Amino acid sequence: MADEPKAPPAGGSSEPPAQPAPPAGGPGATPPKTAPPKPSAAAAKPAPPAAKPVLKPEPWSSPLLDEMQKRFPGAILDPVIFRHQPSVTVAKESLLQLCEFLRSDEGGEYTLLTDHTAVDYPKRDKRFDLVYHLYSFKRNDRLRLKVLAADGEKVPSVVSVWPTANWLEREVYDMFGVQYEGHPDLKRILLPDGWIGHPLRKDDDILKQDDAWVQANVGIKSGQ
Amino acid sequence: MPEATYLDANELVINMGPQHPATHGVLRIKLRLDGEKVLGSEAVIGYLHRGVEKIAENRTYTQFAPYTDRMDYVAAVTNGMAYVEAVEKLMGVEVPPRAQYTRMILAELQRIASHLLWLGTHALDLGAMTPVFYTFREREEILKIFENYCGARLTTHAFRIGGLQYDLYDGFEREVANFCDYFTPKIDEYEALLTKNRIWINRTRNVGVLTPEDAVALGVTGPVLRGSGVKWDVRKAQPYEAYDKVEFEVPIGEKGDTYDRYLVRVQEMRQSVRIVRQSVERIAPGPIMGKVGKVIKPPVGEVYHSIEAPKGELGPPSFVNLQALDTMVRGHLVADVVAVVGTLDIVLGEVDR
Repeated sequence: MADEPKAPPAGGSSEPPAQPAPPAGGPGATPPKTAPPKPSAAAAKPAPPAAKPVLKPEPWSSPLLDEMQKRFPGAILDPVIFRHQPSVTVAKESLLQLCEFLRSDEGGEYTLLTDHTAVDYPKRDKRFDLVYHLYSFKRNDRLRLKVLAADGEKVPSVVSVWPTANWLEREVYDMFGVQYEGHPDLKRILLPDGWIGHPLRKDDDILKQDDAWVQANVGIKSGQ
Repeated sequence: MPEATYLDANELVINMGPQHPATHGVLRIKLRLDGEKVLGSEAVIGYLHRGVEKIAENRTYTQFAPYTDRMDYVAAVTNGMAYVEAVEKLMGVEVPPRAQYTRMILAELQRIASHLLWLGTHALDLGAMTPVFYTFREREEILKIFENYCGARLTTHAFRIGGLQYDLYDGFEREVANFCDYFTPKIDEYEALLTKNRIWINRTRNVGVLTPEDAVALGVTGPVLRGSGVKWDVRKAQPYEAYDKVEFEVPIGEKGDTYDRYLVRVQEMRQSVRIVRQSVERIAPGPIMGKVGKVIKPPVGEVYHSIEAPKGELGPPSFVNLQALDTMVRGHLVADVVAVVGTLDIVLGEVDR
């Protein structure tokens, strides 16, 4: 549980761990280390059954979010915080400018792109969630950006902002078939060049490819 | 620049790997060479790709846990730890302190084991035959502790979602404390072999330099980032388990070359011993499982979780760190490519997944 304040171990496991998110300030304003330890009397008290951990994402508010919304009106949607992790959905058109802003001094210096991946929701019109996990050394906090993309839709590449996105975007292209615009070398990275399809799509059936291969090369109907 | 001769007029592209003893697995590097000088490189990966994410689609949370051991298979404990912690975070489960300290002890021992494997093979790659015998001797002691604890030496599956499956065996604390006493002078031995060794310094100083700016831009983490002088460690910055309750330092390098990364990892082994000693002192009797049901069914939601694995911030460090290869080998000699691949400390199971 890397980035949430922890209760002291005195109370054992009886205390539900997740505190309700602070109403304002966001994670940047309350770094985990400065969280005051709770008095052990409160921790030793058995937790009331109603005090369940927060299970639903809550709206997120922070000065950084206000600044983002001021600079990119209408482009920052659905700011939520879940388990002390803020997340926003970004309009595709503003992604590049927003990333440049977040990387700059005034935007919180999110200089490290720790991960970029995708999630496939095949029933949705815009089926892919492209997820960017940013980290700021200065603020010691993480921020998650999401961009929604339909199948075949071009998404701006962020390689110009974070060079590390090069391989990460290639992997997402390889696994999900997401097309990036402005990527210097968009090609498969893990799978062989001749691979058909993009295996991490939820509707991609690995057996189909296997069957096609045995039908062509072995002359049997199925390899299973 | 001297005038071009026929030797440097031709650019030569050669493959290093995928079958090559110094690539530590099935890594293929396409090198563009001008004589011995590297003009550029491209890493070709995927030879060990097993598609664990696709496998995970058809597994329950409990079933998937052992697969995580097979990514970074020389540091299975920390891999499994990151996975169970991520699920615990999603569920909001608090792990009891006894389980937390047990995890920290095993994870730090795993860090030492991983660094020992790295040190031995890295030195072997660069022509120092002796250290590998010493480091494997000490690594064996750690693997014995793992085997005594959970029955496996490498793919340990040591932890469960919510805590531990097994409590510590009798004499565990003594065995671990004995190992710490035994191991500390051994680090001095490795250093006596290498730190002031002129050949070692010549092979590693100013090789594969990565500036702090480049390191952050390329997203490298772990000892590679710290070797470039960026003092950042997930255990300090965003503590998990009980890392906020133990004392340790975060060693950093100055120049960001291969020698600095060597020093950083050696210092990290000393710090890991410190953490293990403190954890052994603090471990107290108590429950080892948090409040989780027999069926692990987390709520719908999204969490991001990362830990400081031996090779970097888990998610996955080897893949991201390997991307820095091209920046680090340009302008160096072919023999230095071996040094740089070694200093990145990649494991192909984790690069390819």
